[in-house]
Amino acid sequence: MREQFIYPDFEVERNKERCIACRVCERQCANEVHRFDAELGVMLSDESKCVNCQRCVSLCPTRALKIVKSDCRLRENANWSDSTIKEIYKQANSGGVLLSSMGNPKPLPVYWDKILINASQVTNPPIDPLREPMETKVFLGKKPERIKRDEDGNIITEIAPQLELSMPVMFSAMSYGSISYNAHASLARAATELGICYNTGEGGLHEDFYVYGPNTVVQVASGRFGVHKDYLEAAAAVEIKMGQGAKPGIGGHLPGTKIVGDISRTRMIPEGSDAISPAPHHDIYSIEDLRQLVYSLKEATEYKKPVIVKVAAVHNIAAIASGIARSGADIIAIDGFRGGTGAAPTRIRDNVGIPIELALASVDQRLRDEGIRNNVSLVIGGSVRSAADVVKAVALGADAVYVATAALLALGCHLCRTCQSGKCNWGIATQNPDLVKRLNPDIGSQRLVNLMTAWRHEIKELMGGMGINSIESLRGNRLMLRGVGLNTKELEILGISHAGE
Amino acid sequence: MKRVYVNEQWCLGCHLCEYNCAYANSGVDDMVKALKGKQIFPNVHIEEADGVTYAVSCRHCKDPLCVKSCIAGAISVKDGTVVIDKSKCVGCLTCVLVCPYGAVAPGPDGAASKCELCMQNTCGEPACVKGCPNAAIVYEERQERA
Amino acid sequence: MNGYVLIGNGVAAAGCIEGIRSVDSDTPITVISKEKHEVYSRPLISYYLEGKTTISKMNYRPKDFYKKNKVTVIYGNAVSADMKAKEVTLDNGEKIGCKAVCIAAGSEPFVPPFEGLDTVEKKFTFMTIDDTLALEKAIGKKSRVLIVGAGLIGLKCAEGIAKRVASVTVCDLADRVLSSILDNECAGVMQKHLEKNGISFMLGDTVKRFDKNNAVMKSGKKAEFDVLVLAVGVRANTQLAKDAGCDTDRGIMIDTSMKTSIDGIYAAGDCTQGFDSSTGENRVLAILPNAYMQGRCAGINMAGGSSEINDAIPMNSIGFFGLHCVSAGSCPETSEVFEEKEKNSIRRLFIKDGRLAGYIIIGDVSRAGIYTSLVREKTPLDEIDVRRMKISPSLTIYSKEIRRKKLGGVV
Repeated sequence: MREQFIYPDFEVERNKERCIACRVCERQCANEVHRFDAELGVMLSDESKCVNCQRCVSLCPTRALKIVKSDCRLRENANWSDSTIKEIYKQANSGGVLLSSMGNPKPLPVYWDKILINASQVTNPPIDPLREPMETKVFLGKKPERIKRDEDGNIITEIAPQLELSMPVMFSAMSYGSISYNAHASLARAATELGICYNTGEGGLHEDFYVYGPNTVVQVASGRFGVHKDYLEAAAAVEIKMGQGAKPGIGGHLPGTKIVGDISRTRMIPEGSDAISPAPHHDIYSIEDLRQLVYSLKEATEYKKPVIVKVAAVHNIAAIASGIARSGADIIAIDGFRGGTGAAPTRIRDNVGIPIELALASVDQRLRDEGIRNNVSLVIGGSVRSAADVVKAVALGADAVYVATAALLALGCHLCRTCQSGKCNWGIATQNPDLVKRLNPDIGSQRLVNLMTAWRHEIKELMGGMGINSIESLRGNRLMLRGVGLNTKELEILGISHAGE
Repeated sequence: MKRVYVNEQWCLGCHLCEYNCAYANSGVDDMVKALKGKQIFPNVHIEEADGVTYAVSCRHCKDPLCVKSCIAGAISVKDGTVVIDKSKCVGCLTCVLVCPYGAVAPGPDGAASKCELCMQNTCGEPACVKGCPNAAIVYEERQERA
Repeated sequence: MNGYVLIGNGVAAAGCIEGIRSVDSDTPITVISKEKHEVYSRPLISYYLEGKTTISKMNYRPKDFYKKNKVTVIYGNAVSADMKAKEVTLDNGEKIGCKAVCIAAGSEPFVPPFEGLDTVEKKFTFMTIDDTLALEKAIGKKSRVLIVGAGLIGLKCAEGIAKRVASVTVCDLADRVLSSILDNECAGVMQKHLEKNGISFMLGDTVKRFDKNNAVMKSGKKAEFDVLVLAVGVRANTQLAKDAGCDTDRGIMIDTSMKTSIDGIYAAGDCTQGFDSSTGENRVLAILPNAYMQGRCAGINMAGGSSEINDAIPMNSIGFFGLHCVSAGSCPETSEVFEEKEKNSIRRLFIKDGRLAGYIIIGDVSRAGIYTSLVREKTPLDEIDVRRMKISPSLTIYSKEIRRKKLGGVV
C-alpha cells in the first residue's frame, strides 16, 4: 500500500550566497537531512527528515541556514487543523498509537501567565537584594507540629530528615536511558555545585554518579529498575513514582534495543529485554499499601532520608494528596499536565491531567484545611519556565519546584519534541555514542549552573520587591498574587484576588 | 606556556575548527568572502578513523625538528611559539618531511603554513578553540613533555 | 684567551654557534669564512634564480646573528689546524689560538677533466651565491643551457633557470634522473614532469668532449649550447682535517658526538662521514637538516655540554615545478615493499625486521613526517596500526594511549 504523502512540516532554507559547503550541517545531522553533491558542488537537503532541532542552524559558521515552518498547508478549518488531519493520515498509514515527546503543546491556559506578583510601595519598604542578605534556602520534609520539651524543659531539636536546598528548585526525574550519560553527568555535577538535587528517574543510578549521592534523589517506580540497597543508601532522598504529568495513568516502555551495556547494568535487567514499567505499582492499591512502601523504604534507609511520593496532577488531586500526607511520606511531588516526557502516547499527553497551578493551590488549601500541611513539603513541576514561575509557585504554596524542560534547554535541547526517535542531535535524548559525546558535561553543567544562578538572582529581586527577605516567608503567601483575565471559579481555586481588588 | 590541546573524547569531527582557522588566517573580515568557492588551507586538521576524530595542530615542540631542518632559516621559536617567516619560505617542504605530527602543510601560496596560535592575526585567541562547539579543543597550560 | 674556532660559515657553523651558546655564553667564537657572505643557505640558490627569494632573504639567520652570539668572522682561508699548538693558521699566515675547533668546511663541486672544457666560454658550477650570480649574469632569454648532471643540484638549477632561458638540456651518465635518490620508476615520474615543464634530457649518455659551444656525446650525438653548468657531483672538503691528522674517508670521520679522531677537533655538516642509523653504517649525509643538527651537537660538546646524535637518517624533500617528492631512511633489497600508485603519484613503504626502514612518496606529501618519525625512531610496527599506516600517514596509526601522550603534552 502506498502511504499517503504528508508534506514535511519544515523547510530548510539555505542561503546559497552564504553557504561555503563546509558540510558541518551534513556531519551534524543524525536525521541525514543535508548532503553534499560533489557533482553540483553544493549542499542539498531532504526536509522530509527534518525535525527542526536547529543543530545545523546553530553550528553553521556562516549563518547560511534557517529552518522555517512549511507554508504548504492542508485546507484547514477551525475544527480540522493541519496537524489534526496529518495525525489522521499518519494513523491511517501505520495503524499505530501516535507517540510524542516533551510537554503538552496544546493552547490550554497557562495560569502562570495570568498571575501577577506584588511589589512594595511607600507603606512597606522593598529590599535591595544587592545590599541586604536574602535567604533562598529551603528544607524539605516533615516539620514538627509543635515545640516539644524533654523532662528538663529543654527543647527537643531532633526533627524528621530534611532535604536542604540552596534554592527552591530541583532537577526533575529523567532516567538514564531516556537521557544520555553525559546529560546525567551534567545534571549531577550542576546539582552538586549548586547545592540542590537532581533525580535519577526510574533508570537506576550509574556507578559513576554515586559520588554525587548527597545531591541525588533516587526514584523507586513501578518497574523497580535499578533499586537496591546501595542505590537507596547513596541518595539524599527516595522518591516513589506513582505517576507522571505527561502520561498519568500509564506506565512506561523502554524498548529492548535501548537496553544495552551500562543501561542494562544500571537498570539491573538483561541486555535486550524490554523495560516495562507497569501502569500501577502492583503492590499499591490503597493509601495503606502506599504507607507500607513508604515505611519499607524508611526502614531500608534507617529513617535518615525523606521519602517523596510523586503523583500526576489529576482530578481529585487534593484528596489524593491528603491521603499521601497521611501515608508517612515526607514530601509530595505533583507533576502537572505540561510536564515533559521522553515518549508518551500523544492522546494521553495532550488530554489527560490538569494544570499544575490549580492542582497546587487546591492541594495546599486542602492540607491547610485539614491541619496537616506541616506533615509534608510540597514540590510541584510540570513546566516551570522561569524564576517568576518559581516565585508564583512558592506563593501558591509550594516548598520547591521541579524543573526539567528548562534544564534540558540549558543543555542545548531545542524542543523539537522528537526524543522518541533516539536521534537527538544535541546528545541529550539518545544513547548513540557519536551523538552522546556532543554534550560535554563540562559545558552542560556550567550552563545549568549559570541558569540556576540567574534564576536565583531573579528570585531575590522579586522577593526584595515584595519586601520579603526569606523564601520561607513567601510560601503560601497568596496575598502577593493577583489574577488577570480569570473567572471567579479559577480565582477561587487559586485562592487569589483579581488584579485591582 | 599555553598551547592548543585536543580532548579526543569530545571531538565531534565537525571540522568547524578547520574553517574557523582558515577564516582567521585569511585576513578577510567576512567568512563567506574569505572561504566561499575556495580550497581551504587550515593549520589544524581533523583526523578520523573508526569513529574516533580529533584535531591536530602544531605542538610547538620544545626542540622543534622543523626549526632545525628549515633550509631557509624561515622557521624560528618566538616566545615559545614556533613561527614561519613566509616571506623567507621557498616551499621546499622539508618541514613537512620532518614534522612527526603532520602539523605543517603547504599553504595556498606554496609556502609552508602551520598553527601560530593565532598570534599573528586579529583573532586574539586561537580560532579553533574559540569556535569549537564542544570544548574539544582547548587552549591551556599543561605539564610539558620532556 | 683561546676561544672556539669554526672553519666554515655555513649552516653547520650556525648550528655550532647556537650549540656553543646554549652552554657557554662568553668564550669567544671565531668563524673563518671562505665565502665573503654571512651565513646563508646554499640550497636556496636555485630558488633565487626562480625568483622565490632574494639575496637578503637567503640569510640563514637575522642580521644581528654574529653580534648577538659574540662571534668574530674572518673572511679568509684556513690552511691548517694544530691541536698540539692549539692554533689554526690562515693562508695569510695569521694564527688563531683555539681551545677547540669545529671543521664545517662543507663540500666542493667535483669537475671531471672533460676534454676541451677550456674551450667553453661560459661554464659554471652551481654551489654558492657567487656561482649563482655569475650564472645569472651569463644567461638570457635566448640562452640554450646544457647542464651536466641530473642529480639534485643539476635539476634544481634547471628548475631555477627554466623560465629565464630559451632551453635547458640535462645530460647524465646514469640512465635516470636523481639516480642516487630514486629508483627507475620514481625517477620516470619525476622526469616526465620535468619534461612537461620544458626540460630536455639526454640520459645514459655523457659528454666525451667539448668544443666551444658544442658538446659531443659518447653516443655521437651533439648538443649545442650557450651556457654550460657542471653539476656532476660534490666532494667533501677533507684536506685540512686530513692534514691535522683526523681519520678521513669520503668525509671526515666522526662519532655520534661529532668528535674526529683528533682530540679537540670536531666536524659537522657536508664534510663529514657519520653514523646513518637507517643502515647502521657510516656515510656522508650531505643534507641540510643534518648539517644544522651536527653543528649544534658539536657546539654543545665543544663547550663542555653533552649531546649525541644517533638517529640521523638520510631524508630528502625535493620538488620540481610543484611536484614534490619526499623520502627517508633506506630501502633495503630484502624488505617487504608496500606500494600504492596513481597516475602522477607513488607511495612506497619499505618494511624490514618489523620496522619501517624507509619510504618514498611522490605527489601528495602531506604529513609525511609521521612516516619519517617511524623511520627515525625505529618504532616497532607491532606497536602501531600497520593497516592504517599503509592507508596514509596520520596519527591514527597510534593507539589512543600513545596518541594522548603525543598530543596531550603530559608524559
